[in-house]
Amino acid sequence: MPGKSLLLLPLAAVLLAACAAPASTAVPQASGSTLACSPSSVPLVTPGTLTVSTSKPAYPPYVMDDNPASGKGFESAVAYAVATKLGFTPAQVKWSFVTFEQSYAPGAKPFDFGLQQVSITPERAKVIDFSTPYYSANQAVVALTKNTAASSATSVADLKQLKLGVQVGTTSLNYVTSVIAPTQQPYVFNDTDGAKRALNNGTIDAIVVDLPTAFYITAAEIPGSTVVGQFKGSDAAGQQWGLTLAKNSGLTACVDKALADLTTSGELAKIQDQWLSTEAKAPYFTQ
Amino acid sequence: MSPDPSSPGPAQTSKARSAPAGKPGSTPYVDPARRAQSRRKTRRDVTVASVSLVLFLTLVVILVSRLPGWPAVQAAFFDPQIFRSSFWPVLQALVVNIKIFLVAEVVILPLGLVVALCRRSTAPVLLPLRFVATVYTDVFRGMPTLLVVFLLGFGVPALNIPGLTPDPLIWGGLALVLSYGAYVGEVFRAGLASVHPSQTMAARSLGLSPLQATRFVVLPQAVRRVVPPLLNDFVSLQKDTALVGVLGPIEALRQAQIISYELFNFTPYVVAALLFIAMTIPLARYTDWLQSRQERRTSVAAPA
Repeated sequence: MPGKSLLLLPLAAVLLAACAAPASTAVPQASGSTLACSPSSVPLVTPGTLTVSTSKPAYPPYVMDDNPASGKGFESAVAYAVATKLGFTPAQVKWSFVTFEQSYAPGAKPFDFGLQQVSITPERAKVIDFSTPYYSANQAVVALTKNTAASSATSVADLKQLKLGVQVGTTSLNYVTSVIAPTQQPYVFNDTDGAKRALNNGTIDAIVVDLPTAFYITAAEIPGSTVVGQFKGSDAAGQQWGLTLAKNSGLTACVDKALADLTTSGELAKIQDQWLSTEAKAPYFTQ
Repeated sequence: MSPDPSSPGPAQTSKARSAPAGKPGSTPYVDPARRAQSRRKTRRDVTVASVSLVLFLTLVVILVSRLPGWPAVQAAFFDPQIFRSSFWPVLQALVVNIKIFLVAEVVILPLGLVVALCRRSTAPVLLPLRFVATVYTDVFRGMPTLLVVFLLGFGVPALNIPGLTPDPLIWGGLALVLSYGAYVGEVFRAGLASVHPSQTMAARSLGLSPLQATRFVVLPQAVRRVVPPLLNDFVSLQKDTALVGVLGPIEALRQAQIISYELFNFTPYVVAALLFIAMTIPLARYTDWLQSRQERRTSVAAPA
């Protein structure tokens, strides 16, 4: 019988060894003095085709009707604008659908670039490449109008007492824990659908989401809900969304250039005005 | 006291008598020389087995670490720094899982037993019970547990029944109870079926009522036989407590996912996996012990 536990020792040792040795992943930096960004010169997953990824399902106002190929919705429109700048025709753009995990799983990526409201953070940037930001989102709070304790909140202090729900993987959760620091542990859902359901059921008092999603929820999805307020952009890091690419992708510099061109020409701002509510106003929370 | 005609030799008789054979759990007499030899053999076997295991694992490690993609996989799944930083938050969140399965297991056992007894009832008047129990088992064993969790966790609170709690831990836990109650009911039913009908007949001939025969003769034997498969279901339940996370509470796997999404690294999942394994090991060893005790009882106790 004591032999059995002896046999386990080497197993444990090997497991420890697998964890202990630090990985040395020194990949040479992509170098290029003059940027050549054309469909024939950039490295692609499928030659001749720009493979763009997003989530399935994708949510409005970023992708309308869960169909990114329509070009309708903010992120869909941004993707086609970048593709056009890179020299691709809309017909050469193919969409692939990836889970959040797939965007940072080791190994070859099934896309050239992806966009699904991924916030740029230094930790994430160690694992994948981000483009320069294509949007800067403020965080906002959505509550049912009939829940007066939540819908009448005007300050961060008012929010502390609430049961808050967020979608996993969003910077909203960081926001909740670091800026609001609620007295009760926040509820975390797979997607905003789960959070919306819990809000309707009264399990939670309010949802924390990015502002465009907040306006979309109140206008089109949950009757009797309201955008209680938004946070000032500078309150926490990780509000800027970037296109996601494989680490050291040869395409990163090209999409950066495309985004820079779209910003200077005012095209990016135009896409933003078209798809993201700027008319509706939401008050800023005070401390 | 006349010498036993079947005893092997004069040198051993006294010892053989002092350790009476046939008593459950007692060690039968073994020649000391043979015992020493057998101990040497055990030691040699353990050494050979250990060396062989170490060689095998070393070979596996060397081969895997030489694969071109290994550094990337190692960085994504086995980052020592992330392992350390995520261990405590994931362990804290594991309390939610432990809470759920401890309460659920206590409720599941009687539920499963009742379902099994209902399904094995024979009285014509109890047909509705058999019907309900059979439909319950078919439906809840056949449905994906995740759907049961969604239905109870999101569906029932949406009915807006006054006075009903919207607490996702309670509804999620109840979903697991219903799902695993169906499995456990079938395990109990198999155990009950494994007790030979002659046991009931004998009990009845002694004057026990059908209820008494089930309670004092059939059930004790049935339950003892199904302990290993029952614990098997409980190990599975312990892992499935993570499903309650879809309703909002931050349990261990969700906490691992949160950190994984923050850092774009899978190591927190490995942490959660190790904790889940660690959580099931006590139960697994307890099952082994129960099983070996039962084997000892049934094999050694056989009369010579």
